[in-house]
Amino acid sequence: MSLQPDLPEEVIALAAVAEAPRMTRRSFWTRAWRELKHAPVTAWIGLLVVAIYIFAAVFAPLIAPYGETALVGDAYEPWGDQFLLGTDQLGRDMLSRLIFGARNTVGIAFLTTIFAFLIGGTLGLLSATLGGWVDQVLGRAVDVLMAIPQLIFALVLLSIVGTSIVNLIIIIAILDSTRVYRLSRAVAMNVVVLDFVEAAKLQGEKLTWVISREILPNILPPLVAEFGLRFCFVFLTISALSFLGLGIQPPLADWGSMVHDNATLINYGDVTPLLPAGAIALLTVGVNFIVDWFLHRASGLKE
Amino acid sequence: MNAILRTVLQRLALGVVTLFVVSALISASVALLPGDFAKAILGQAATPETVAAFEKQVGLDRGPVERYIGWIGGVLHGDFGTSYANRDGYTRTVVSLIAPRLKNTLFLASMAAIVAVPLALILGMLAALYRNTIFDRLINVATLTAISSPEFFIAYILVLFLVARAHLFPALSTVDEDTTFGEHIYRCALPALTLLLVILAHMMRMTRAAIINLLSSPYIEMSRLKGIAPRRIILRHALPNAWAPIANVIAVNLAYLIVGVVVVEVVFVYPGIGQLMVDAVSRRDLPVVQGCALVFAATYILLNLAADIVAIVTNPRLLHPR
Repeated sequence: MSLQPDLPEEVIALAAVAEAPRMTRRSFWTRAWRELKHAPVTAWIGLLVVAIYIFAAVFAPLIAPYGETALVGDAYEPWGDQFLLGTDQLGRDMLSRLIFGARNTVGIAFLTTIFAFLIGGTLGLLSATLGGWVDQVLGRAVDVLMAIPQLIFALVLLSIVGTSIVNLIIIIAILDSTRVYRLSRAVAMNVVVLDFVEAAKLQGEKLTWVISREILPNILPPLVAEFGLRFCFVFLTISALSFLGLGIQPPLADWGSMVHDNATLINYGDVTPLLPAGAIALLTVGVNFIVDWFLHRASGLKE
Repeated sequence: MNAILRTVLQRLALGVVTLFVVSALISASVALLPGDFAKAILGQAATPETVAAFEKQVGLDRGPVERYIGWIGGVLHGDFGTSYANRDGYTRTVVSLIAPRLKNTLFLASMAAIVAVPLALILGMLAALYRNTIFDRLINVATLTAISSPEFFIAYILVLFLVARAHLFPALSTVDEDTTFGEHIYRCALPALTLLLVILAHMMRMTRAAIINLLSSPYIEMSRLKGIAPRRIILRHALPNAWAPIANVIAVNLAYLIVGVVVVEVVFVYPGIGQLMVDAVSRRDLPVVQGCALVFAATYILLNLAADIVAIVTNPRLLHPR
């Protein structure tokens, strides 16, 4: 088929047709890049921070100068050529512990958030879809769990089952799933009453189909934003527990306990113990920046 | 007025019921969850006989319902049980451990709250009124950074600059019964300042959001279109409807103070109930943990109840739901 110069309409139409598959093929990356170009500076900072943390967590053994638990020098050695950020209270390299901490602290918080979403999201969607006594029972149970401050309840449960990483993940995931339950139930409630859900139910689709194919795709944006915020809360809670000596246990490198173990240095005006605390704060700020931008975009689309 | 009174009484009753359910939950977790207390407390070398004797002594051999009734009955008479620690010869009751520390914690929390609440409300309202200006953006980034930081980060930054570099305050906030009031305030200054910064940020963000939400409602737009002066809009139209959300913001943040207090007390070695609880958890001293948890939960429920009641008595619409 040859394009004649005296048929401009056809040319335009053909060009559009030829262009269409290419657009859909590249659309995700093109759109993502276009979004990023218009993203505010804060979102860029957030993305950069998260990327650096992921890199450190994945390649920790390659970039860390020493092993995670290796005793390589004297206790509390100052910053220098051999130990870039000095050593900790047992003589382990501070920089290496910081890098491995990205893997442990962030990894455990991420895992916990995923569990919290699996539990809370599933129950919230079930509650909204089924209604009736399921909704009532789950709703009241969540009310009771939320009547106790989260950190306090976590402390009670930890004193009963003892401190270990598995216990920590399960306890925080369950306590945090109450918030996820509330949100996913609330947003799913708005979708459940719509006609296409009704149609799918009348068509005889199974419950899992209705939930995963009809409801879930329509409530994804608020859940994604919530995932970011939840991660921050979980991350801060686990860090606080570790700082109190009740979270991630030694010898695993963890930012919360690193602050606690080296805190005496601060009284001598040394900033080293603040580095892990700063690492926690920086990641939380970064994730918050991204969530802010995402929420702004999501609400902008609706208007 | 009658209707208001009835709703308030209903809320109070609901609060009492919640408190009982929470106490049952705290007690039930012990029965339902796996935990080898006797072994954890007596050590791995304990013989079955000593384990059985210990369980009998602290009442772990009884059924969960019986144990809960015994415990809650004691609590209602002001008896929270006896600590597991120091069992040989000299035992301490949970009340004698909690009471003096609760006083210290309340002292610290009120010190932070008295300054934080008015300051946060004023700054939050200013941010809402001058929204999308440089002032608002700066506040937004600053408060976001503050709420993203763990409490111990803020605490140790203050220690670094105010204790290690400037030598203005003592590093540890140790107090006892002989500490004078002025001395107590001086020693509490750093932990109170930490708590202040943390809840200030939370509270400002929430106040700003609540006020912006209010200012976008149709009746405010109506009064603006009528040409009423901005100050009159705020004072006569917005403020009467703002009390409920503001009370809610204050209650949520004072409840947040409860959690913040645990970490801050540990940082500054301040003899409060938060530190007591953390110590008890690591020693697995269950009666003390339960007692502390009940005190924290009761405070939390009371604060939320207070916010509810303020919302009811300041908002006539809540009294006549359609």
